[in-house]
Amino acid sequence: MTDSHDSIEPADSHGHGELVPDEPIANPGLPAHEPRPTDVDPAKEKRAEIQVAVLFALSGICSVLFVVSYFTFDVGDNWHVVGGLGASTVALGSTLAGALLFVGVGITHWARKLMGDHEIVEMRHPAYSEESDRQRALEDIKVGFEETGIARRPLIVFSGVGALGLLGLPAVVYLRDLGTLPGDKLEHTIWGQGGRKITIVEDGEEKEITVPKMRISRDAIGTPILASDLEIGDLVNAQPEVLFNPTRYYMEHADVEGAELQTHKSKASLILLRMEPGDIKPGKGREDWDVNGIVAYSKICTHVGCPISLNERTTHHLLCPCHQSTFDMADSGRVIFGPAGRPLPQLPIEVDEQGYLVAQSDFTEPVGPSYWERDYERDRFAEGD
Amino acid sequence: MRLLNRSAGRLSRHRRGPIAGLVVLLLGLLMTGGLYAVFAPAQADSTDSQEELVKDGRELFLVGCAFCHGQNGEGVLTQDGTQYGPALTDVGAAAVDFQVGTGRMPMATPGSQAPRKEVVYTDAEIAALSAYVASLGTGPAIPDAELYDPDTLSSEEYDEYVVRGGQIFLANCTACHNFEGSGGAMPRGGYAPKIRGVDPKHIYEAMLTGPQSMDTFSDGNIPPDDKKAVIAYLNTLEEQPSYGGFTLGGLGPVSEGMIAWFVGMGGMLAFAIWGASHTTRTSRKKDGADA
Repeated sequence: MTDSHDSIEPADSHGHGELVPDEPIANPGLPAHEPRPTDVDPAKEKRAEIQVAVLFALSGICSVLFVVSYFTFDVGDNWHVVGGLGASTVALGSTLAGALLFVGVGITHWARKLMGDHEIVEMRHPAYSEESDRQRALEDIKVGFEETGIARRPLIVFSGVGALGLLGLPAVVYLRDLGTLPGDKLEHTIWGQGGRKITIVEDGEEKEITVPKMRISRDAIGTPILASDLEIGDLVNAQPEVLFNPTRYYMEHADVEGAELQTHKSKASLILLRMEPGDIKPGKGREDWDVNGIVAYSKICTHVGCPISLNERTTHHLLCPCHQSTFDMADSGRVIFGPAGRPLPQLPIEVDEQGYLVAQSDFTEPVGPSYWERDYERDRFAEGD
Repeated sequence: MRLLNRSAGRLSRHRRGPIAGLVVLLLGLLMTGGLYAVFAPAQADSTDSQEELVKDGRELFLVGCAFCHGQNGEGVLTQDGTQYGPALTDVGAAAVDFQVGTGRMPMATPGSQAPRKEVVYTDAEIAALSAYVASLGTGPAIPDAELYDPDTLSSEEYDEYVVRGGQIFLANCTACHNFEGSGGAMPRGGYAPKIRGVDPKHIYEAMLTGPQSMDTFSDGNIPPDDKKAVIAYLNTLEEQPSYGGFTLGGLGPVSEGMIAWFVGMGGMLAFAIWGASHTTRTSRKKDGADA
C-alpha cells in the first residue's frame, strides 16, 4: 500500500506543472454580440412596440369576453349548445385561456424584441458564508444562551415546560367536542335491527314483541326479494328493507333519511349472488348461511371501504375497482388478490314464512376497512377454512 | 225457424229467377272456399314455418356453431376440463339473438372475452338460429318491443322512467360499465364493454341472459319495467350534449389526465421552446455606433 502511494505521488505532484498547462486551450471568450433588427431599425422597433401593445389589448378583450359570456350563456336546465358542447364551458375556457396566453406571449415578445439582450456572465462562488461571519453567529448564539440563564435557573425551565405541556389539554378537550366518540358503531349495522326484541305500548298495556327479521331489498328499486325470484348467475345489489319501509321494523322515517341514510348504506350495502349450490365452499360454521346457492356479502371493501360489485359470473370473483382487491364469493369472500387484508364479511341469510330472503342476524364481524381497536381474532377465514 | 222459412218463401216468391238457385249455390261455395283460404292455410303455414325455421337454424348451427358448442348444443370441453364452448341447451332464444345479433358470435378465437363486431348473419338467419337453440331446452325468449322500447312511453312517463332508470343504473351497472356506460376494466385483462349506441333490444337481452362473464339480471332480479327504465336512461345519455366540453371517452380521470399532461402541457412546452429558439439577428450595426 505505502509503496504504491510513494510511487504515484511524486509523479502526480511533479508532472502537474509540466505536462498540463493552466489553460490547455485558449479561452475564446464570448462571441461578438449581434444586434437584433429592432436594435438597429427604429421602424422595426416601433412595430414591435405596437405588436406587444396589440397582444396586451387582445388579452384585455378576452377578459371582457369572459365576463360577457359568463352572463350571456344559459347553464340552467336549458343550456346553450354549440357544436354538441356547452356554449358556456367553451366560451369561458377559450376566453380565459386567451387572456392568459396573450399576456404571456406579449411579455415574451417584449423581452425578446425590445428589452436589452446583451449576454451576462456570473462566475460561480462558494455558497457558504465567510468564516468570520460564521464565527460571529456562533458567538451570538452562545451569548444569548448565557443571558437567558437556562442552565442556571431550572425552576423556570421546568415550570415553562409544564405550562406548555398543559396547553395541550384544552385542545384535547375542545376537539373531543367536535363529535361524539364512535363507540361500537363500527361493529354494528342496521341489519341487526331486524329480529330484535322491543317493548311497545298497545291498548294501554306494555307488550314485548319481536321485530320481523330484516328482509333483503333491491337497491334503488326497494322491493324485497323472494328466494324464488333469483336465477343462477343473478347478482343483486341489495339494501336492508328498513331503509325503504322503516315502520315495519318499528323505526322512524327520520332514522333512515339524509345523513343517517348515507351512514346506514355505507355499512349495510350488500351483494347477493346466486350460484350453483355445489360451487359454494362454506367456511367453518357457515354451512347454513346460504339459501339454495344464494350467498350474501358486504359490498364494502375491507381495504379502504370502496363499494364493490364488479363480479365475474363465471368465476365468482368480485373485484374492487379502487385497488384491484379480488374476493372469492364462493369461498367465504377470501382475498385472492390485492391489498385487502381480510375476507369480505358474509351475512348469514335464510327465508321467512312468505319466502322472502332475510338476514339471520347482523354481520358477525365489523364491515369495511380495518381500524385500530378491531378484534382480529375472528378474521380466521383463509384458504381451505 | 218458421219466421225464417216464411221470409225465405217471400223472397223466393218475388225474386226467384231461372238461374237464382245456381247463383246461390256458387256464392255459397265461393264463400266457403274463400273463408277456408283465409283461415285454414294460415295455421298450417305458421307451424310449417316454425318447424322450417328450426330446421334451417339447425343447418346453420351445424356449420357455424357446432365446432365449439357441440352438434346438439351440448357444449364442448377441452382436454383439461375447461369449457371450449358452453352448453346452449338452456340459454334460450334471447341469448342467441344477443350474441349473434351483436356480432359477438361466432367468435374469432375462443376465450372469455367476446368483443362486439360486425354481424355476420342476416336477421332471418339469426331468427332461425334462435329458434333452433330455443328448441333445445328452456331459457328466455326474444323480448317483445313493448318490453324494452322506450319510444312506446308517453313523454311524462318517459321522464319518470329516466329518473328511476338512472338510480337503478347507478346501483347495478356503473360498477363495471362506467357512470356513462363507457365500459371498464375487469380482472385478468378482461373488460366490460361500452354500452352506448347499443340497440335497446340487445341491452334488454344482455340483462336477461348475462352474456360471457356478466351477471344475470333476470326478471326476478330487476323487473321488466325497471329494465325498460334503465334503457330509457341510457337513451337520454345518447341525446345529451356534453356540457362540460369534450368527453374524452367518458372514462374519468385517466384519459383526462393523460390529455392534460401530454397534449396540454406538452403543447405549452413545445410552444415555449419554439419561441425561445427563434430570434432574428442582423449584421447591421446600430446607427451612430458603428463609426
